[in-house]
Amino acid sequence: MSKEPVAVVGIGQTKHVAARRDVSLAGLVREAAQRALDDAALHWADIDAVVIGKAPDFFEGVMMPELYLADALGAVGKPMLRVHTAGSVGGSTALVAANLVAARVHRTVLTLAFEKQSESNAMWGLSLPVPFQQPLLAGAGGFFAPHVRAYMRRTGAPDTVGSLVAYKDRRNALKNPYAHLHEHGLTLEKVQSSPMLWDPIRYSETCPSSDGACAMILTDHTGAAGSPRPPAWVHGGAMRSEPTLFAGKDFVSPQAGKDCAADVYRQAGITDPRRQIDAVEMYVPFSWYEPMWLENLGFAQEGEGWKLTEAGVTELDGDLPVNPSGGVLSTNPIGASGMIRFAEAALQVRGQAGEHQVDGARRALGHAYGGGSQFFAMWLVGAEPPAR
Amino acid sequence: MPEPARAAAREPVRGAARDVAVVAFAQSGHVRDSAATSEVEMLLPVLHDVLAQTGLRARDIDFTCSGSSDYLAGRAFSFTMALDGVGAWPPISESHVEMDGAWALYEAWVKILTGEADTALVYAYGKSSSGDVREVLTRQLDPYYVAPLWPDSVALAALQARALIDAGLTDERRPAGTAARRRGGPVRPPGEYVVAPLRTGDCPPVVDGAAAVVLAAGDTARRLTDRPAWIRGLDHRIEAHSLGVRDLTDSPSTRLAAERAGAFERPVDTAELHAPFASQEVVLRRALKLDGPRGAHVRINPSGGALAANPVMAAGLIRIGEAAARIRRGESDRALAHATSGPCLQQNLVAVLEGDPRPGTGGQPEEGQ
Repeated sequence: MSKEPVAVVGIGQTKHVAARRDVSLAGLVREAAQRALDDAALHWADIDAVVIGKAPDFFEGVMMPELYLADALGAVGKPMLRVHTAGSVGGSTALVAANLVAARVHRTVLTLAFEKQSESNAMWGLSLPVPFQQPLLAGAGGFFAPHVRAYMRRTGAPDTVGSLVAYKDRRNALKNPYAHLHEHGLTLEKVQSSPMLWDPIRYSETCPSSDGACAMILTDHTGAAGSPRPPAWVHGGAMRSEPTLFAGKDFVSPQAGKDCAADVYRQAGITDPRRQIDAVEMYVPFSWYEPMWLENLGFAQEGEGWKLTEAGVTELDGDLPVNPSGGVLSTNPIGASGMIRFAEAALQVRGQAGEHQVDGARRALGHAYGGGSQFFAMWLVGAEPPAR
Repeated sequence: MPEPARAAAREPVRGAARDVAVVAFAQSGHVRDSAATSEVEMLLPVLHDVLAQTGLRARDIDFTCSGSSDYLAGRAFSFTMALDGVGAWPPISESHVEMDGAWALYEAWVKILTGEADTALVYAYGKSSSGDVREVLTRQLDPYYVAPLWPDSVALAALQARALIDAGLTDERRPAGTAARRRGGPVRPPGEYVVAPLRTGDCPPVVDGAAAVVLAAGDTARRLTDRPAWIRGLDHRIEAHSLGVRDLTDSPSTRLAAERAGAFERPVDTAELHAPFASQEVVLRRALKLDGPRGAHVRINPSGGALAANPVMAAGLIRIGEAAARIRRGESDRALAHATSGPCLQQNLVAVLEGDPRPGTGGQPEEGQ
């Protein structure tokens, strides 16, 4: 049976900062949603359903905040869903919203993801004592550092690669007005001499804690025809999950990530991702995850990802730009980070990415992951409608 | 002042619809305190049971979706461990809603409608014994103006019950009386006041529990079970959060969801209502037009409803499962199932389920796939 083609016709995000003390949670999400509606030249009444996502409720201390946010998001009288798939949630949320359109259940859907980390303390939100289980090793960095070390050992990558990624992403962020970190005086030497937090991960190779929200308007073929700006078309989308911990798990390159990418490429007719994809927004909260995911997503052979980074292939003017927006390394409202990746991929193929636009981007990949590298969500968007 | 539930801007697009059915349902025993078992341990037998009913293994399922809440477990990402119980290896296509499992079923139903999946496993669980659920649920409220006052879930339901009494829609002595009599069971003793006018008999037992459902499309459903419970309509709607702007004696979101699900097109013979408090059943019966002559032949909550067992986050999914199970057993031909979320019935979901006509009942054959 045929699915309805899905188009992204509106994108809105907030200027991401460490603390938005001037707005409530409701004010924050409203701002992003209104910008997405303005971009699509639509009104609240044009929206048939709302799908929102965020990372754990403990981050703001509000249980099931979709209940409280229904009014702010114009959802009263409408269907409202709340997705939660850990760090991948922003991506999963967009995919659940896209399925509502693809299944022809609704015509136009508002999807939004947010985090207002300043309302709470994410470190403690993740560190609640759980009986009989290993604690989360003082935040996410402690969990991921050994896997980065395993990657370095396995591939023989020189220990300078991580700093190259951080330096690149933070420079890209200077071109993105919505990015949280704008480090004007940053040099490669400063990244390399920043304090070591979780060996081998340095301070400047980690993501910040941000307040922010990102929203998109998704619609069907008819809705896209009325769009004032070029739409981005969804050519493929998938989610994959695997258990957190088990003896056969490859933490460096999880099978769920490989399977998820393969599914998206199959749907989108991608046979050579390195050549056929023009820009990638991938979820890189710690710099070393760029070379790791380059391999996991099939852009490089196993053990070769770091060579692309080192050769400058992933620079904004490189042959496969990765995180032209500045990425998670520059902006991390956790629950929204995945949706920002999806939205930035869509901005690229719409030609709306401003100073961080990749010239001639026709196909872009948005990628998100979460949990202990166990949840994956991806979509591939294109400037042309999918061939059916 | 009653708030009119705004209809969506445009009619939903009717495209290539697919027949999707509930083909299996399982639930745990619902116990007061499951301190001796983890969430995964509570869930595992339920997952085994529901898969065994269909003969499917986890790897045969095209899509898996779950519903739960971190706040019950008292820890972030509590659902990640529950996934271990599914056996997600090789990796599976999977998602999670931080909502009652009825909404996980909705997400799975949509996934099957896209054609990307033919089968789906849906599960939900709640271990509210880990904390004081009345206090925990206060964290659902507006975090700036209401939650700091800690109005608990029973107090809010009592406010709703009082509004119903003041409107003359129910009786101070026995908000649950009608419902209990319909069930044919003994009327529960009213008990002591918990928060006036609600007494112990009007309030749900606090229990831990889990449930799971398998969905399948068209011919796959027919292959997996003799009598699939076809989902003829499924819709959900949310209302404003603040109690001050809602008419607590009415549920416009339930009525709108029921309309969109096609519940009023033909009479149902069974209604499984997710009414944790007896007084809320009064609201739902009115919104769903189950009172009066139209409702005379409707069995309401033959399972005992949420007043018999209310495992938070699973109780709504259980309503769909119980309605489907009655159809599959041949005890119902057309059933309505309802799930709710949020304080005083803020968000509501309605599913309409039907069984294929049985031989000798005079029904016309349904259209094929």
